[in-house]
Amino acid sequence: MSSSVPVLFDAPGPKARARHAVIAVVGVLLAGLFLGWMIKGLANPDNNQLSADKWAPFLTPEAWTAYFLPGLFRTLQAALLAVVLSCLGGLLLGMGRLASARSLRAFCGLVVEFFRAVPVLMGMLFAFNFGLFVLQISGNTVALFGVVTGLTLYNSSVIAELIRSGVTALPRGQREAGLALGLSGGQTLRSVLLPQAVTAMLPSLVSQLVVILKDTALGYIITYPELIRAGQNFASVNGNLIPTLMVVAVMFILLNYALSRVARSLERRISARRIRAAPNALLLVEGLAPDGIVEGEAAVRDQH
Amino acid sequence: MGGFATLFSDYDVLAAFWTTVKLTVYSAVGAALIGTLVGVLRVSPVTVLRSFGTTYVNLVRNTPLALIVFFCAFGISNTLGVVLAPRDSPTFIVDNNFRFGLIALAVYHAAFVAEALRSGINTVPPGQAEAARSIGLTFLPILRYVVLPQATRGAVAPLGNTLIALTKNTTVVSTIGVVEASYLMKTMMESNIALLFQIFAIMAGGFVLLTLPVGLVFTWLSRRLAVAR
Repeated sequence: MSSSVPVLFDAPGPKARARHAVIAVVGVLLAGLFLGWMIKGLANPDNNQLSADKWAPFLTPEAWTAYFLPGLFRTLQAALLAVVLSCLGGLLLGMGRLASARSLRAFCGLVVEFFRAVPVLMGMLFAFNFGLFVLQISGNTVALFGVVTGLTLYNSSVIAELIRSGVTALPRGQREAGLALGLSGGQTLRSVLLPQAVTAMLPSLVSQLVVILKDTALGYIITYPELIRAGQNFASVNGNLIPTLMVVAVMFILLNYALSRVARSLERRISARRIRAAPNALLLVEGLAPDGIVEGEAAVRDQH
Repeated sequence: MGGFATLFSDYDVLAAFWTTVKLTVYSAVGAALIGTLVGVLRVSPVTVLRSFGTTYVNLVRNTPLALIVFFCAFGISNTLGVVLAPRDSPTFIVDNNFRFGLIALAVYHAAFVAEALRSGINTVPPGQAEAARSIGLTFLPILRYVVLPQATRGAVAPLGNTLIALTKNTTVVSTIGVVEASYLMKTMMESNIALLFQIFAIMAGGFVLLTLPVGLVFTWLSRRLAVAR
């Protein structure tokens, strides 16, 4: 099977295999040393983070019913609201950037470029204070408003860019065929170009969900009681900040990893045809990329 | 217009942005170093090293940056007792948090640098590495002399995007009290709520000024350096 032939290095012979084994052992030892240093530091007698009384609180039902599950729920709530609003906003802005009216195009371009350049945290801080003092929203709602607005402003612009690049990447014949059928420019965009572009950008869209989910953590700063904030409240009761941060990290990683797997399998399914058409990707041919192909430029962009 | 003048005279906006720039530059260097190492690990012939690289990327990429910053400040510094500044110095807390912020930013963005490099390696045609192997080069020389020089040129655009994201993500270290742009923005809003829009305009404008040239330069570079094929 040609797909398992390594390209960056020769198939290892007996000597190379022996050398690789030595390197592997050294690598494992180094990693072990690092882990050992961490564990030793965490278990230092003055402030033992691995003792039973630091971890036992996680086994009580209140830990989950009063802290982690509500925190997780609020994280997901903010993320979900932001996803729906960003998709709507992104679609509108993206269509605006592809519109035939020049002023509309310029306006949408300006909005997109501006909000892509502004950090999400600043958007949140602004929206939070705007909600609090201008719209006079009170109580917990204002923090949710701040988080969702901040996330929506940024992610709408990112999705608008995804849509624009998806549409411009389509073969020109698609648009020409739509126009030749007598559809107007807008009709062609809506019923011919967008459906294809959205399908092609679906993987990037799902990866953007990971970004949105991660960025809800910034709500911490504007007092939105999301997962990290809930964890800190829990830790201040039980005096186990480090174990709590670990648990929260594991929850985030599992959730986001599952989402990125979905994105990858979507990407693989959609690009199954494209792979055969463009067989010049090194890692692809050699089967060195066990988790699928590297996302294209559009997908790598903004995913931080 | 008076609002802007008040804000600029009452607060040291430039100093805050200077901190942002310093954070960006230092951690970009760190991220480039760690990221290249991880990127090389991810394509290395030794299975164990490859899985180290993959684990690093998967763990770091899926953790919110704020959590990594907390781990560095509260975990490594407060609990493990590692400090990066002399304890008796009067600016100990400020220096220590600044440096751990740097490390957190570098560690986080290294995962994206590694991914950018990998996508760059994907743009190199297999014939290049095959030719290198056929003249007897081994893995590291192949990377050093043949694949990476072309891959970095192919990776300029995603690397530029990572740098822009890094610039914006420096705002997250305000959570551990580093006085950079977003920290100042929060302070300004607390006592000048009437100037909400002016504050946002100044601070957001500052980031547009910082990231716009970077974007333009990297787009230009990626065109200029692109390997003609």
